[in-house]
Formats: sequence, C-alpha cells, structure tokens
Amino acid sequence: MTTWIILGGTSTIARVFARSAAERGEGVILAGRDLDDLNASAADCAARGAPVAEAVAFDARDRKSILGIVERARTLDAFSVAVFVGSMPPQDQIDAEPALIEGTVTDSFTGPAECLTRLAPLMEAHGKGTVVGVGSVAGDRGRVGNYVYGAAKAGFHAYLSGLRNRLGRKGVHVVTVKPGTVDTAMTWGLDKLPFLAQPDKIVSDIFRAVDRKRDVIYTPIIWWPVMTVIRAIPERIFKKMSI
Amino acid sequence: MRWKTVEYSGWGRVESATGEIARPERASTLAALASERPAPAIGQRRSYGDACLNDGGAAVDMTRLDRVLDFDAESGLLTVEAGATLGDLARIFAPKGWLPPVMPGTGFATVGGAIAMDVHGKNHHGAGSFGQHVTSLVLMTREGPKTVKPGSALFKATVGGLGQTGPVLSATIQMLKAKGDVMIVTEHRIRNWDHFLDRFARTDTTYSVGWIDATARGAALGRGILEEAETGGGLVKPAKRGKRVPFNAPAFTLSPPVVRAFNAAYWRRVPDSGRTVVKPIDDFFFPLDKILDWNKLYGKQGFHQFQCVVPLDQAPALKAMLDQIAASGLASPLAVLKRMGPGRAGYMSFPMEGYTLAVDFPNVAAAERLIRALEGDTVAAGGRIYLAKDALASGDAVRAMYPEHGKWLKEVTKADSDGAYQTSLVRRLKLRSAP
Ligand SMILES: Cc1cc2nc3c(=O)[nH]c(=O)nc-3n(C[C@H](O)[C@H](O)[C@H](O)COP(=O)(O)OP(=O)(O)OC[C@H]3O[C@@H](n4cnc5c(N)ncnc54)[C@H](O)[C@@H]3O)c2cc1C
Ligand SMILES: NC(=O)c1ccc[n+]([C@@H]2O[C@H](COP(=O)([O-])OP(=O)(O)OC[C@H]3O[C@@H](n4cnc5c(N)ncnc54)[C@H](OP(=O)(O)O)[C@@H]3O)[C@@H](O)[C@H]2O)c1
Repeated sequence: MTTWIILGGTSTIARVFARSAAERGEGVILAGRDLDDLNASAADCAARGAPVAEAVAFDARDRKSILGIVERARTLDAFSVAVFVGSMPPQDQIDAEPALIEGTVTDSFTGPAECLTRLAPLMEAHGKGTVVGVGSVAGDRGRVGNYVYGAAKAGFHAYLSGLRNRLGRKGVHVVTVKPGTVDTAMTWGLDKLPFLAQPDKIVSDIFRAVDRKRDVIYTPIIWWPVMTVIRAIPERIFKKMSI
Repeated sequence: MRWKTVEYSGWGRVESATGEIARPERASTLAALASERPAPAIGQRRSYGDACLNDGGAAVDMTRLDRVLDFDAESGLLTVEAGATLGDLARIFAPKGWLPPVMPGTGFATVGGAIAMDVHGKNHHGAGSFGQHVTSLVLMTREGPKTVKPGSALFKATVGGLGQTGPVLSATIQMLKAKGDVMIVTEHRIRNWDHFLDRFARTDTTYSVGWIDATARGAALGRGILEEAETGGGLVKPAKRGKRVPFNAPAFTLSPPVVRAFNAAYWRRVPDSGRTVVKPIDDFFFPLDKILDWNKLYGKQGFHQFQCVVPLDQAPALKAMLDQIAASGLASPLAVLKRMGPGRAGYMSFPMEGYTLAVDFPNVAAAERLIRALEGDTVAAGGRIYLAKDALASGDAVRAMYPEHGKWLKEVTKADSDGAYQTSLVRRLKLRSAP
C-alpha cells in the first residue's frame, strides 16, 4: 500500500488513475492548479476507499509550488509519484507565437522533472515506491504536426530513463508510459485520431506495468508495433511524410 | 476544443442526430458552457427514442462529471455529480450497506438521466420514483449553480422534466439501506394473465417484477415469471466483465420462431413450484447489462420499446393490448409487467398507480403501426406512455396523458425562455408550446 502524489491531478487520465488507486486501497494526493476540481476528485477517491485523499496546489511553472509538494512529501512514510502534467498547444499557434515553446516544455518536461528530482532523495531514503511518468508516442519522433510537444515529451522520456537508472539502484521503480491517442479533454474535438483509447484502458495498463515492474510501455499495445515501424523509417523518407 | 460534431443515437438506434457535443470534465467548464451556449444535457443515452438527442443543435454530454462529492455513512445521504451511473454507485456503496434508492433496468443510466425521467425500479410499488429520494439538486443555470429543493415548482419541473430546466450538475440522494451486496430472489412460474394479477396483488417483497412471454396466446396469454426479491448478505463471486455484441446481428437472430422457442425455454427454466436463488446485485437489477451493446442484436435498423402504464381498474384494457401484441407475432424475447404504486415526483413523471407493460419490437412498419394503435388504447384507458422509451407518439396524445403539462411548461419557460434546452423529442411532441 502506498500513497500516490499525482501531478496534474485534473487530467482526465489522472482522475481515472486516482480512482483506481483508491479502489486498490492506496492513498492519493492530487496536485494541480484547479483546487475546486481536485477537491471534488479527492472526495470521490475517499468514497471509493482511499485511506488518504487530499488536494494540494501545484503549478509546473511555479517553483514555490514544487517546493510545497516536496514539503508535503517529507511528512509521508513512503510514497509513489505519478506525473500526468502536460500541455499541447496546436503547432500552428506555436509557429505564430514561438514564446509558447517555453511553457510547453515546462509543463510537459522540465517542471515535472524538477519536481521529481527534488523528490528523488526522499524516495531513495525510503528505498521503495514507484514513479510513473506519462510521456507520449509523440515523443518518439518529431512530426510536422506537433514537434514542440513531441520534443518536450522526448526530453521527458530521456529524463525518465536516466531517473530509472539512478533510482533503480535504491529499490525505486520508474515506469515510462507512452500513450497513443486517448479520449480526454486534450483531444476532444480533434479529428483524425487513430486507435483512440478510453482512459480506463490506459490506466489498467499503467497499473499492470507498476505491478509487474515494467520499464517502458506503449498503451494500448498496438502503439508498440506502430511506433517501431515509424521509428524505423529513414529520416530522408520521413521528412517528406505527413503523418 | 470544446465542441465536436458527432452523429449519435438513442438506445433503440432508430432515431439519430447530428450535432455539436461538448463534454465538460469539471464544473467550471459546465458553467462556462451554460452561459456561453446553453444546450440540453445528455447522459448515457439509455433512452430508447429521441429524448437524448438534439438533431441539428448542440448538446452537453455529462458522462465525465461522475464523481461522488460527499457521503455520510450514518444517514446514507449521498451527493454526487449527475454523470455518475447508478450501476457504479451500486458497486461502490452496496458493500457498505447502501443502494441507490431506485434503480432502472440498466445500471448505465446516469443520476441526471434518472432525475430527468424520474425513473422507476422494481421497488416502485413501495419506494416510489427516483425523484422522491432526491433531497436537493443543483441546476447549472446561465447565471451559475442554483440549488433546488423538493417542494418548489422548479423541482417538480426538473424531476421528470426531460432536461428542460437545464443541466443538473449534482444531486443529493437519500440512499437505501441494504442488508448486503446480494439479492435473494424467488422466481414463480406464472400460468397466465389472471394468475399474474393475483400474484402481484399479494406480493409484499421490496422488489418485484414480472417477465412476460409476449408471444404466448389463448389460455397461456400473459404467462411468465414473477421475481420477488430482497437484499441479502453473503458471498457471491463478483460478476465478470461484460461481453460485447461485436457487430449488427443478422435478421434471423430475433425472428418470431427463435423468439417463441427462447421464451418457452426461459419460462420452463423455473420449476412449477418456483425456486429461490441468490444473485449478485447486478444480475438482478441489470440483467441485460452483461451483454454490452445488446441493442445491436436488432441489426442496423434498430428497435422500438413500447411502455405504458394504465390505472389498476384498466387491467382488462391492458390484457387486450397484450393480446394484440401476441397476435402480431412481432414481440421480442422479454416483455416486462409490473404493478406500480402511485409514487412520482414531477409534473411530467411517468408513474401512476396501476400496471405497466414494456415490450420491445424490431423497427419494421408493422410494429410501428401496432405501437401507434397501442398508444391510442393507452389514452383510451386513461394511461400514459413513457417518454424515455418513445419515438412515435404524437404531441396531442402525450398532452392528454400528462395533465400537469401546463404547470411544467410555465416553470420551464421561466427557466429557459428561448428554448435552448429543447431536444428532438420535445420538438417532435411540441411540448414547449401551449396546445
Ligand atoms: C435496458 C434498459 C432498461 C431500462 N429500464 C428502465 C426501468 O426499469 N425504469 C425506468 O424508469 N427506465 C428504464 N430505462 C430507461 C432509462 O432509465 C432512462 O431512459 C434514463 O433516463 C437513462 O439515463 P441516461 O443517463 O442514459 O439519460 P439519457 O437517455 O442520455 O437522457 C435522458 C433524459 O435525461 C436528460 N438528462 C440526462 N442527463 C441530464 C442532466 N445531467 N441534467 C439534466 N437533464 C439530463 C436528457 O436531456 C434526456 O431528456 C431503461 C433503459 C434501458 C436501456
Ligand atoms: N490525450 C492524449 O491523446 C494523450 C496522448 C499521449 C499522452 N498524453 C499525455 O497524458 C497526460 C494527461 O493528459 P490528458 O490527456 O489527461 O489531458 P488533460 O486532461 O488536458 O491533462 C493535462 C493536465 O496537465 C495539467 N497541466 C498543464 N500545465 C500545467 C501546469 N503548468 N501546472 C500544473 N498542471 C498543468 C492540466 O492541468 P489544468 O487542469 O490545471 O489545466 C491537466 O491536468 C499529459 O501528459 C499528456 O501529454 C495524452
């Protein structure tokens, strides 16, 4: 039994994750920007059996709030962390306003990475716990349609790989989750979404990976062969494709 | 990315709609939608006809607003977002000794849908309708959230009100004490119509429902199975995950000979002397939910359900209707007969003290004609048809069946003067204009 610190607790996938954790009898600390919504989710988790269910303020762009999470974590016996934070402004908006790159990278990579790096010593001291980092198949290859978001996720993937290497030595397991397209608030209204999956499918795959100590998963699994092929396409051909 | 154009349909798949749908995941998003572009709320679209459609307009899908906000384990008072399904609530709370006070035949119905249709369950004769157990609800008006309490006209216009007073964001419900998370069910074989009425008059269990073989004729007319049940404690393995109907079934699946054979076998399954079995909660309340998308069994063209209620003293009229149905040879496997109590909570609520009959028909011209004829018979018997099931009725007939329509219209007009919450059903039946 563990308590999950859930960064990006308002995310559609995070909500389903928190709910499942609660039903497994695990605690949840929901961290994010919309406290009204996080409080509603915390109440829901409490009703579903979470021994700890609370909401805390967290903004990936605000170092003070990151330090707040670390302070809260210090009071816990042992904990796990799941990162769902991410933002995906449309590429054409970024092209028109390149200053958006900084925020996108902070939300999807450097903000969560700073928080995880500050939490790492506590987890090492406990010698147990799990880190779930949600990346994206978009981080496997830079595509014309959303390569800034993809670059941020690629950075996050590499970071998680290194963190796994570090924490694994101390008994803390790191899972990198690469979802394909998921039916969430982020994608509602976008068209052309191949293999669109429901959040509960993603979450059951995540818990399976946590329980089996898997390192990197694609979810749903169809994205593993798809991305294997996409990654294998030579750059000289890929640069002419628009997928 | 708030709106998405979607083609969607009701459970019967006869009626469909194309329109923009928003799916808010938090209250603040719903508040923004309600002030910028008010549109009818829809739930899990378990209504059969066009009640949950807005063809050519917009709609707000409430299913992601599905959280438990508060539960008092002492009193059983539950506050929950309107998109939560009753099946989910049963699953969470039955192990703690509480059940939703009223559960329709599908666990996929949402709290919002249960309020807007003032749904009834197998305990209607004792517990009344869903709305009678709502102690408070929150409407998301264009100006923001507004708490509505029982006793007010707005409450009576909202409960059973077809969503016309605006989206219900959340509700507080008095849950019902349950002995445990299983059902003790006694099944009786019923020989014919009179036998059914006689048994219904004598049953005193909390839950009771009749399955009727709507293909049996002559002396066997009205034969079926009566189920009487109470909650109980004990160990039953959790139900397996549902199976899906992967494609539209071929036409013969529910053809008359198959249905007749199925019904006869289903009836004989219960020994003449009756039997008592222990079932998981879901199996008793939501027998069809295990087969997800079972509506596809009727193939691409879809199906209708006819459901009416007639006053107790009109039982002979209902028997005559059943006779017509049996003679048509069109009915599908299971039809439901239940004795209802008087309980209802809204101006436009369906229930009345009497007998209710629900029968599924494939979507063919002959069935449509039959259903229209049955609607005429229902009006003549002083009964009502259930708008959660309807796709064929006429506005005049419906107004005749729902005498408090005028009171409802007055409140609804106050809440929604420009008709932004109208659905396809409301337009078809012209419910938002005075006769
Ligand atoms: C297999 C099966 C068995 C059934 N058995 C029964 C039964 O035994 N008894 C019974 O009474 N009914 C029964 N029904 C009907 C069902 O309970 C109702 O149609 C119910 O309204 C479905 O809920 P929903 O969430 O799918 O609502 P929808 O069908 O999506 O919507 C129904 C109505 O509710 C309104 N609505 C939905 N959510 C909200 C909201 N948040 N705020 C305001 N308005 C809202 C819609 O505008 C619409 O008018 C059955 C249906 C099926 C498929
Ligand atoms: N949906 C998909 O198809 C898909 C595919 C692959 C990967 N993913 C990834 O899955 C994760 C969850 O996304 P989702 O699909 O569930 O979408 P979502 O509901 O839009 O979730 C995004 C989350 O990130 C949070 N967030 C953004 N910037 C933040 C900041 N500066 N500080 C704190 N929180 C911030 C949002 O919080 P607010 O509520 O405060 O805005 C929200 O909770 C994301 O990392 C996403 O990149 C999604």
